[in-house]
Amino acid sequence: MDHQEIMAKIAETMVDVFDVDDLEVTEATSADDVEEWDSLSHIRFVITLERLFKIKFRNEEIAELKNVGDLARVIEAKLAA
Amino acid sequence: MLAGLDWLEAAPADFRSRLKAVRAAIATGEPVEEALHALALARLDLNQLTQLAATVETYLATAPAPGPLARVRLGIIGAGTLDLLAPAIAASALRHRVLTSVVTGHYGSAMQEAIDPGSAIRSAGLDLVFVALDHRTLGLDRTRMTGDEAAEAVEAALAMLRAMVAGLETSAKSGVIIATVVPPLEPLFGSFDAVEAGSVHAMIAALNAKLAEWAAGKGIILLDTARAAASVGLENWHDAGQWHSAKLAVSPDLVPLYADMVARVLAAVRGTTRKALVLDLDNTLWGGVIGDDGVEGIALGQGSAAGEAFLAIQQMALALRQRGIVLAVCSKNDEAVARLPFQGHPDMVLREAHIAVFVANWGDKATNLRAIAAALNIGLDALVFLDDNPVERAQVRRELPMVAVPEIGDDPALYPRRLAAAGYFEALAFAAEDRQRADQYRANAERAAFAGTSDMAGYLASLDMVADFRAFDATNRARIAQLINKSNQFNLTTRRYAEKEVAALEADPSKLTMQVRLVDRFGDNGMISVIIVDRESWEIDTWLMSCRVLGRRMEDAVLAEIMAAAREAGAEYVTGRHIPSAKNAMVADHYAKLGFSRIDGETGGETVWRLAVADYTAPDLPMQIDRANALP
Repeated sequence: MDHQEIMAKIAETMVDVFDVDDLEVTEATSADDVEEWDSLSHIRFVITLERLFKIKFRNEEIAELKNVGDLARVIEAKLAA
Repeated sequence: MLAGLDWLEAAPADFRSRLKAVRAAIATGEPVEEALHALALARLDLNQLTQLAATVETYLATAPAPGPLARVRLGIIGAGTLDLLAPAIAASALRHRVLTSVVTGHYGSAMQEAIDPGSAIRSAGLDLVFVALDHRTLGLDRTRMTGDEAAEAVEAALAMLRAMVAGLETSAKSGVIIATVVPPLEPLFGSFDAVEAGSVHAMIAALNAKLAEWAAGKGIILLDTARAAASVGLENWHDAGQWHSAKLAVSPDLVPLYADMVARVLAAVRGTTRKALVLDLDNTLWGGVIGDDGVEGIALGQGSAAGEAFLAIQQMALALRQRGIVLAVCSKNDEAVARLPFQGHPDMVLREAHIAVFVANWGDKATNLRAIAAALNIGLDALVFLDDNPVERAQVRRELPMVAVPEIGDDPALYPRRLAAAGYFEALAFAAEDRQRADQYRANAERAAFAGTSDMAGYLASLDMVADFRAFDATNRARIAQLINKSNQFNLTTRRYAEKEVAALEADPSKLTMQVRLVDRFGDNGMISVIIVDRESWEIDTWLMSCRVLGRRMEDAVLAEIMAAAREAGAEYVTGRHIPSAKNAMVADHYAKLGFSRIDGETGGETVWRLAVADYTAPDLPMQIDRANALP
């Protein structure tokens, strides 16, 4: 799965997790850009991504992420490993 | 099976667009409660549950008039964060026909929420509070060195819960639900944990036993979280990573199951649990097709794996009947052929006498289920339909979404497990009445047949009815509360009172309370009516009756008792009120039929009626009235 495909799947997931339809997701999108992205929905976001990509995040991996582009790169690396 | 809620259908691929359609309908004020219920029937993931819960919140914020679903305001207090669980409960409750608004306590302040009258939970005007603490919050997370210290620790945990309940029960009018404590996975001594009283494992077991005693004494409603965790496995229940990072006390994978379990208890409190189990026959109660294979050819009984599996299904159905669930049959067969195993197969556990309504014909099952509900005088939403055939299940779901239709898989050995796991028949009590109910429904069918043979007055006279009137008492309190919370159709005001409120009424001199039992030549009908009248205003607060005794002139008998009491007290008028609900249209003319005059204007569908004591003459009734046990 390449970076663009992962980005597309993340964007799809965000609609479901944050319950918003008109979301434009770019590499730079972060929690600051999405009103519904708070610490609670963040837990569901992480769980949903773990299930979708069949991976497990470590807490410190999540903590360092700045935006969706970073997130896609971590997933990409995990899928390649 | 449990974690995946396998008894539910897979979520539709277009779930989100269906949800958006419901949201649009809410915005335009269309009725949406059945649509919300239908959305919840599938196996939903955490995101879908959360979306559905948000939709419920939006809907309730429009302050909708009463609809077909029951309503609950629920508070939750617990260990760790409840933010995944709370919306999952609101969404799962829809599945059990309860609209729920949820208020969660602040993280880490369970005790303050409970004992501070100004807390978010205490001041929210709740019906129920669910308290789910864990071994850490209850101080049972470390080994005690002696048996005495262990006993003290358990007593301290119990005292903490008692203090919380004492605070909460003044604010939650229908009661407090307490979760049993889930033991941690890790053994300390090994198997010896079960022997050593000071082990965490043993202390938790001791506390849970005390919680069960407390619930038996009606102080609390128990939710057996520990058993659920054991059923799915502690290894799956506890997710150490999620506890450390997000303070989730339950693995997110199991939140849909846990939320459904809470929802079942809400349904039990509100009386939306199911009352009858309708069974298909071929390949559901026995292996094979009776019309093709004959009594000798069907698989049933000891000696073959398939035969034993079907035996187990029948045993489960019989066990349900013994606890008060009514059984019916709905099969595509010639009736005479379908009855053959019940009459002549030596291994049949179920017999004709166990089946309240037996429908076997070649018509479609949705139509037959309507007929079964009508014959039993219960709503379609009280039925569970068990059928091995996915085509039949799909037809019933499409036509009658209010009937519960479990996915039972294709292995008969697992049918009982799937049926039990769905939690359709969750109970809060097991009263003497429950033990007899299935027989009563059957006797009623016989009465109906008998009625066809004579004129009405002669029929009623021939029933040798004896009606027993008495005031509310502690002995019958559980049954009275059950009727108050479950009766929907013949219920003038549909006012619900929890058991503790019923207890308060027993001692309240300003209220005239009556419980009515009816015995006739076919048997004991049990408690068939509950009445509460205010002795100051002489307004009838609650009048409900079992639909099983309709047409028996019981309403005349009840009115005669109320009027006699009013006359004795010197009252001038007795007032009655009809508050329309989605289900009580049958009593809209109740007071008119009894000779009351309407005195209100047209307001919100409610009607108020009055009957002058001076104008009332007690009629001759085709029954004997027994007041020997009536209290003053």
